[in-house]
Amino acid sequence: MTSIKQLPYEEYFLAGNGSCPGCGLTIGLRNVLKALGKEVYMVVPASCSSVVQSPFPNSSAMVPLLNTPFAAAAAAASGMVRALRLKGKDSVVMVWAGDGGTFDIGFATLSGAAERNEDILYICYDNEAYMNTGGHRSGATPFGTYTGTTPTGKKENKKNVPFIMAAHGIQYVATASIAFITDLYDKILKAKDMKGFRYIQIFSPCTPGWLLPTEKSVESAKLAVQTGIYPLFEIENGVFKISPPSKPYLKKEKRKSLTDYFKIQGRFKNLKEEDIRLIEKWVDEISEEYSSMDGKKVI
Amino acid sequence: MKVLIPKSKPSKGAVGKTGLWRTSKPVVHHDKCIKCVICWAFCPETTIIRFSDNSVDIDYEYCKGCGVCANECPVKAIEMVDD
Repeated sequence: MTSIKQLPYEEYFLAGNGSCPGCGLTIGLRNVLKALGKEVYMVVPASCSSVVQSPFPNSSAMVPLLNTPFAAAAAAASGMVRALRLKGKDSVVMVWAGDGGTFDIGFATLSGAAERNEDILYICYDNEAYMNTGGHRSGATPFGTYTGTTPTGKKENKKNVPFIMAAHGIQYVATASIAFITDLYDKILKAKDMKGFRYIQIFSPCTPGWLLPTEKSVESAKLAVQTGIYPLFEIENGVFKISPPSKPYLKKEKRKSLTDYFKIQGRFKNLKEEDIRLIEKWVDEISEEYSSMDGKKVI
Repeated sequence: MKVLIPKSKPSKGAVGKTGLWRTSKPVVHHDKCIKCVICWAFCPETTIIRFSDNSVDIDYEYCKGCGVCANECPVKAIEMVDD
């Protein structure tokens, strides 16, 4: 396992970009690019990343990057990877999409590319709503969350996209978090050397959208893992494995209180006592299920 | 016919001097620093400069003053002061 000091010095995403202070996306992106190196082609659908990379004629990304419409990322990447292979190039093609462009609008092309097993590394940075358009609910928004379109709190649960992707029969699916940088780095390194479709979902807080103080973005991502609400795992060729940062928190007595996680984020201001109990019960169930699945072939 | 391609070139400070966005700035107390480089790894803006001996400094030209480094520092060697 890589330690923080072993992370490379090289930066492929430059300072002075258009991200908000405390942005989770850029913490994830700069460390993902450190793992992938220079030989990568990025595809970005409409998302915060389209804005963060800065307006024409400047760009903050040091790697080739193609901007696409919302629904087209996986389709554009499929074409790009086939063209590169025809030219004899072995570079990695990475899609860097938000949760709206993955869970909802981009899902048709994502599912198609996964079914064709295109040689793409698809990364979804999950900030749990359409944050670039001002914070509207998406399929990734968890139960009880305040967004612009759910002012009294969302009534439905988050869509379980990692398992939907694993059900496509692809070889590698993982969830990661920007608070556990070395775990994220190792997962990217592992996925980099594989061929075929790979899906990684990165939990990345959004400070304005979550009504979160800017300095708390990493802290809240850490709490999401420590409270068990966002477990980190890998599904490799159908075999489910809990990742080291999440392992201790499968046990109920080790888990931190969910109220610690909710109280620092303004987006959970509508949660009532009974809602928190409901979420607690859900976390207990999911943790028990995941402990029983650990190390077994699930799909 | 000349075809114009809307292609951007990489450059630092692509949206300008983002240090101007700041309301408070991080100050590193080098006597307390244990050189763990956690602040460098978690900086969202790439504005913490890591030297070869793992000591760190801050690029105030672009630092947006979010405070993640001060919040994550395990020995509280980074302090946020009003700018």
